[in-house]
Amino acid sequence: MEYNRRKPAVWANAPGLPFFLCRSPERKETSDCEMKEEHTMQEKSNHTKQDTAQHTALTGPWRNFTAGAWQREINVRDFIQKNYTPYDGNEDFLAGPTEDTTALWKQVLELSKQEREAGGVLSMDTKIISTITSHGPGYLDREREKIVGFQTDRPFKRSLQPCGGIRMAMKACEDNGYEVDPEVVEYFTTHRKTHNAGVFDAYTPEMRACRSSHIITGLPDAYGRGRIIGDYRRPALYGVNRLIADKEEQLNSTRTIMYSDVIREREELSEQIRALKMLRKLAEIYGCDISEPASNIREAVQAVYFAYLAAVKEQNGAAMSLGRTSTFLDIYAERDLREGTFTESEIQEIIDQFVMKLRCVKFARTPDYNQIFAGDPTWVTESIAGIGVDGRHMVTKMSYRYLHTLNNIGAAPEPNMTVLWSEKLPGHFRQFCAATSIRHSAIQYENDDIMRVVHGDDYGIACCVSSMRIGKEMQFFGARANLAKCLLYAINGGVDEITGAQVGPKYRPITAAYLDYEEVWEKYKDMMKWLASVYVNALNIIHYMHDKYCYEKIQMALHDKQVKRWFATGIAGMSVVADSLSAIRYAKVKPIRDENGIAVDFEVEGDFPKFGNDDDRVDEIAKEVLHTFISYIKGNHTYRGGVQTTSILTITSNVSYGKNTGATPDGRKRGEAFAPGANPMHGRDSHGAIASLASVAKLPFMDAQDGISNTFTIVPEALGKDRAERERNLASLLDGYILAGGHHLNVNVLNTDTLLDAQKHPEQYPQLTIRVSGYAVNFIKLTKEQQDEVIARTFHTHIRKGAAEHDGKHPFD
Amino acid sequence: MTGSIHSIETFGTVDGPGVRFVVFFQGCPLRCLYCHNPDTWSSAAGHPVTAMEIIARLTRNQAFYRSGGLTASGGEPMLQLPFLTELFTLAKQRGIHTCLDTSGILFDDRPEQLAQTDRLLAVTDLVMLDIKHTGEEAHRKLTGSGNRNILAFARYLDTQKIPVWIRHVVVPGITYDKSPLTALGTFLGTLSNVEKLEVLPYHTLGKAKYDNLNLKYALQDTPQLTDREAADAEQIILKAWKENA
Repeated sequence: MEYNRRKPAVWANAPGLPFFLCRSPERKETSDCEMKEEHTMQEKSNHTKQDTAQHTALTGPWRNFTAGAWQREINVRDFIQKNYTPYDGNEDFLAGPTEDTTALWKQVLELSKQEREAGGVLSMDTKIISTITSHGPGYLDREREKIVGFQTDRPFKRSLQPCGGIRMAMKACEDNGYEVDPEVVEYFTTHRKTHNAGVFDAYTPEMRACRSSHIITGLPDAYGRGRIIGDYRRPALYGVNRLIADKEEQLNSTRTIMYSDVIREREELSEQIRALKMLRKLAEIYGCDISEPASNIREAVQAVYFAYLAAVKEQNGAAMSLGRTSTFLDIYAERDLREGTFTESEIQEIIDQFVMKLRCVKFARTPDYNQIFAGDPTWVTESIAGIGVDGRHMVTKMSYRYLHTLNNIGAAPEPNMTVLWSEKLPGHFRQFCAATSIRHSAIQYENDDIMRVVHGDDYGIACCVSSMRIGKEMQFFGARANLAKCLLYAINGGVDEITGAQVGPKYRPITAAYLDYEEVWEKYKDMMKWLASVYVNALNIIHYMHDKYCYEKIQMALHDKQVKRWFATGIAGMSVVADSLSAIRYAKVKPIRDENGIAVDFEVEGDFPKFGNDDDRVDEIAKEVLHTFISYIKGNHTYRGGVQTTSILTITSNVSYGKNTGATPDGRKRGEAFAPGANPMHGRDSHGAIASLASVAKLPFMDAQDGISNTFTIVPEALGKDRAERERNLASLLDGYILAGGHHLNVNVLNTDTLLDAQKHPEQYPQLTIRVSGYAVNFIKLTKEQQDEVIARTFHTHIRKGAAEHDGKHPFD
Repeated sequence: MTGSIHSIETFGTVDGPGVRFVVFFQGCPLRCLYCHNPDTWSSAAGHPVTAMEIIARLTRNQAFYRSGGLTASGGEPMLQLPFLTELFTLAKQRGIHTCLDTSGILFDDRPEQLAQTDRLLAVTDLVMLDIKHTGEEAHRKLTGSGNRNILAFARYLDTQKIPVWIRHVVVPGITYDKSPLTALGTFLGTLSNVEKLEVLPYHTLGKAKYDNLNLKYALQDTPQLTDREAADAEQIILKAWKENA
């Protein structure tokens, strides 16, 4: 049985023919089909004689795999644990890009250039409503593509997804010079309701006020909620037919008394089955058959990609993350290497081209949206490495191959490469990660040691920092509470300091000439309690409506029947609040009030400890604020029993949050940007990188289980004198941060000069990638304002022997 | 014991092996023309800090320093010898690698003083010895003092088998010249404990500090040494070193 590897990726090429005639003759000639039948037979016998399966050598697509519970039930984790090969070696085995890969990537770069020149969007579909099967096949260069599939029938053509909100879809088109077909508009305004319309029907006036005053920002009331990761590996391992059979069994075994939750469950399962059938058809559109398990690495990658593609065709989710696919896929690659079916170069080519496809995922979004979520991100987050529950590390050759795509086709923000770090990862891999970070600034690191405790060893990161078991947990997320503004509301009795409107409850404002810590803290707690309640309730509405009008049927089809739902909130302005409260406590803060008695500015007399210097006086305040706020969040009822969490994550929206927030007691002026995520405020962390990291690491993960984002930027020279030293020191730094309990770290290794030059000559830096919060961006796609903010961030620069320039303060102050 | 400290750097990557907690001591007897830490010269300035406070700061984040350790720099750490010894003793008790970044100018081989130095060396894992010039007169011109003690300290460290990294700043027009570089290499050839040579190209990053302190910057017109020139200088030293080893 020889799988014909020299053929182009498309297994059949008969456009215009009905899909069932699209099988390629070569494939028919192979014994694959027969083997699949054999396998199906064996499957059947598995159901009856489960125990014997353990002792029978597997054949067909599962040949040479180690048997286990994964055969009887949908259990990808068990398959991985029984079959993966940990790799302790170095990167020397890796292969460079093939000619086809390089040619295709050139095409993508050219399209990106055209897209940029066209003002950000190259082409939009204005008529066909995107579904899993809405479009015919699209290609870059069919003869060269080893992995196929685009969201529409052409690369870079953005699809039309109005179920989230027709106005958003229309605006995305209008702002980019397109117009949605009037019939579609008519349909979605008169006949078919959208998620957005539902949300605004149910919002209270208070929620609307919070939304417009920006005390709660970025409510996903106009776009897909995202942060759901389908287990895209399942179609590869089991084939879609088996998944459908499994879902049918689930549908047949629901409870029988029709309470509303049972009705909903039955309806959702039916939707899921329909979506799986569409997934099967999507593959057929490209001449592929994924109804049965994949039999080699190329089929496996293609099946994973089709499943992911189905999701992005169906949902314009804020974050459409990939999950944890590399170790899974390595099992196929290892088998192919053993069987001689594919060479290392061919495997790398498949991965390079898979990653290239992931980089081409695009959504129709408005410029406003991109202002909050800078750089048009899609968060195709892939989680790599980590340690298994049994103590074996989960680094495979595939972990290297994924990261190596950054070398083969250059840096890019997507997929959002996330290394699950532990000091127990093998030395060569740690060094390779550090080297790749230094070279590309495109990796983020997250603490596997603290997440494994909560989610086991088959979790993935959705979006930036949100961890969840793949196929077993999902998330209702949305927005961020602007805790800095909330502090101003506490001082001003719920009146917005910018608009003068009464947004919060009419609590008594503070009228004293100088702010008293105890008084401010008490009032702040009251205001946080109010904010938590409005926030959670707004999210309840959003997620109710999203389930109702924009249900993620393919993603949920790739989940178990019983899923755990995290209810994820978020915090913005953490370091501003910590420093403000520290100023009130350790210095003297005098509010400057306008004619209406609203504190619009503050005078700070004396110095005070600032977050980011490993100073417990202020770091404890930050912890207290976090703990208090999450406790209030937990005090609220959540939709579908979601388990409340929060994150300290702002993406680049720290710029827009800052813009909409008045002056704060820490001396920050009105409109000035917040620090991103949990970062200390720009330039205030004056005791070097480790003091800065240590402060952030003190924030307890269990109080912000949805993630604590920290962005670390350092010039290469400050990491050490030569390459080897820099790699070692960066790995040490990561170890230190993880062992100190830090959760997430973005690592940027670059010079301000590079960024300034890129600002001036964007055309020379088409691939300059930097990490901003829980994701990476293409620097030249940021607005000038966002670029300036990135440049203003603390660059750790203490180079060579030299005492820091010091302002004459005590070294520990 | 309380010492006088200028500042600390929590992520030191160029002052010894690995990631290091660097303590900049206040006070220095030398007045090197190119010094980039003139703010550490005066013994009158500085902040009182106890050795235990420093150790506590380091150990609370010890995970970061597993590949590195503690470096005493300055200023001239040996100006506060008892305090420095206590600091390193506390560090060694906790398994922390200690590195002394010194000019060696205060080395004194009279028995009583030597005994004190021995107590320090007993808790020192690595000395980074800054040899500024091998010529006595040229050294005096460059730093305000002769180099007799420095060279003696280098030889003493050799007899004590203390690992040493030699640092040497190469300044255009002063030490960027074949003859002093060769002389340095020749001297290094006589030592058996040198693990590493670090040639530091002269840079002008310290200039601003002189302005802030209202001090005159003597090397106003001296250009920075290029990386290429630094590499040349290193080759000259290494060549002479090998020939004389």
